[in-house]
Amino acid sequence: MVKFLKRFYLTLIFIFLYAPIAVLIVYSFNESKSRGYWGGFTFKWYAELFRDRDIIKALYYTFLVALLSSIISTVIGTFSAIGIHNMGLFGKKLALNINYLPVLNPDIVTGIALMTLFISVNMRLGFLTMLISHTVFNIPYVILSVMPKLKQMDKNMTEAALDLGATPSYALRKVIIPQIMPGVITGALIAFTLSIDDFVISFFTTGSGVTNLSILVYSMAKRGVKPSINALTTLMLLTVVILLLLINKRTTKGDELIP
Amino acid sequence: MKNKARFLAYPYMVWMVIFIVVPLLLVLFYSLTEGNIKDPSSLTFSLNNYKRVFDVMYLNVIWKSFKLAIISTICCLILGYPVALIISTIKAKYKNIVLMFFLVPIWMNFLLRTYAWMSILSPNGFINRLLSWMGLPTLSIMPGQTAVILGMIYNFLPFMVLPIYTVLSKIDKSVLEAAMDLGANKLVTFVKVILPLTVPGIISGITMVFMPAVSTFVISQLLGGGKELLIGNLIEQQFTVQRDWHFGSALSIILMIMILISMAIMSKVEKDDGNGGAPRW
Repeated sequence: MVKFLKRFYLTLIFIFLYAPIAVLIVYSFNESKSRGYWGGFTFKWYAELFRDRDIIKALYYTFLVALLSSIISTVIGTFSAIGIHNMGLFGKKLALNINYLPVLNPDIVTGIALMTLFISVNMRLGFLTMLISHTVFNIPYVILSVMPKLKQMDKNMTEAALDLGATPSYALRKVIIPQIMPGVITGALIAFTLSIDDFVISFFTTGSGVTNLSILVYSMAKRGVKPSINALTTLMLLTVVILLLLINKRTTKGDELIP
Repeated sequence: MKNKARFLAYPYMVWMVIFIVVPLLLVLFYSLTEGNIKDPSSLTFSLNNYKRVFDVMYLNVIWKSFKLAIISTICCLILGYPVALIISTIKAKYKNIVLMFFLVPIWMNFLLRTYAWMSILSPNGFINRLLSWMGLPTLSIMPGQTAVILGMIYNFLPFMVLPIYTVLSKIDKSVLEAAMDLGANKLVTFVKVILPLTVPGIISGITMVFMPAVSTFVISQLLGGGKELLIGNLIEQQFTVQRDWHFGSALSIILMIMILISMAIMSKVEKDDGNGGAPRW
């Protein structure tokens, strides 16, 4: 009985989670352009998707910004975390607290604060400002996922390496970085996911001509979204599920799925 | 090495000042001034922006933002806790798969999923078509507060489940066995052992749901049909439509302060329980 209730409840939650996605998938095969009317089965929106320059451009910017900002923030974040880890008590506390601000602050405040900065220094809003903003909110997450690994690391390791004649940079490359690698990878993944899904901060810090997928959907939602967006959703879901299944097959411990 | 390695953080210290501290100070500065932002010499110190916030109309919006966010957070907790509990009891073999499919939706674009709810809830949307097909009276959920709350629960539920699940999965099984050995039944074990142990997870879940819920402007815009203004919508309008940066900045500062206060209260509750305050997932 309890087992049945558990399954029933979990099923209901899954229906709730997947209902909107299912609706989008169904509509992606709908011949009719109208959302409420079924006009027969078609693949035409998939063909249209690849011809739609707005969508392709938005996808391009979404991935470019996510890729660049996650690489930049992983590099800066990892080195900064090592630096912060080696700072004195006061400096460490101060740095970590300021680092926490973008995590604790609502997106909208971070977004308008950055926009205010860019406009105040007369920077033109566009690709660069969006990239900087994504990097600004990504670095704290990288630092937060690298720090615990640094704390776990045995201090004597680095000292032993140095005693054995390693230069500090050699010790960094061969001893410290490999040990904190899981944290670095988690940080990079969080950064990439946050960037790809971001709307609020991009909305305030980008200019004309540079939109990501979220901004495109937002601007379409009022006038009616093109059905090719539904086709895109279906393809995205497929990609995510395939990727996750592959990852799941390779890792034995499921807990690693959660950053 | 110890002393040299700290230099690695210095570039980021500069970065933090430029991109985190200065922007917030600018917002604070604009909230305390009046005049034309394009012409710095025209700016004068003023508290009027803050006085304006105390207009009944704006206070109502702020009250509503808190009300909707609190309702959604409570719903997420009530719906999410059992989910975390159930997932934690699933056999290891299937656990990964269930967990994974729970996470898939958050990997899909947030805007797309909210937009999809529009197709489901709108007056001639999926639900109403189904109801009228069955000969039942139709619902008018969207646009409205119910739709906004639903959208919030939908979007933020995983952020309630994940921290609770993480804490649950770390509970030492022998503690539960000890409780059972000492004669506690399942209900008592849950209330006296499991629940107190998951308080840190609950707290971080609450903050992770409440904070985005109180400051959202997208969900209320799309599912509230532009009628359900929240503080996020007010701020967005001041910056994009009204072009009143001073008032928009004052609203942002107030939002920030209110969230900081709520989180301070939350971390105080958690302090009684031991652990530190970082989000746990």
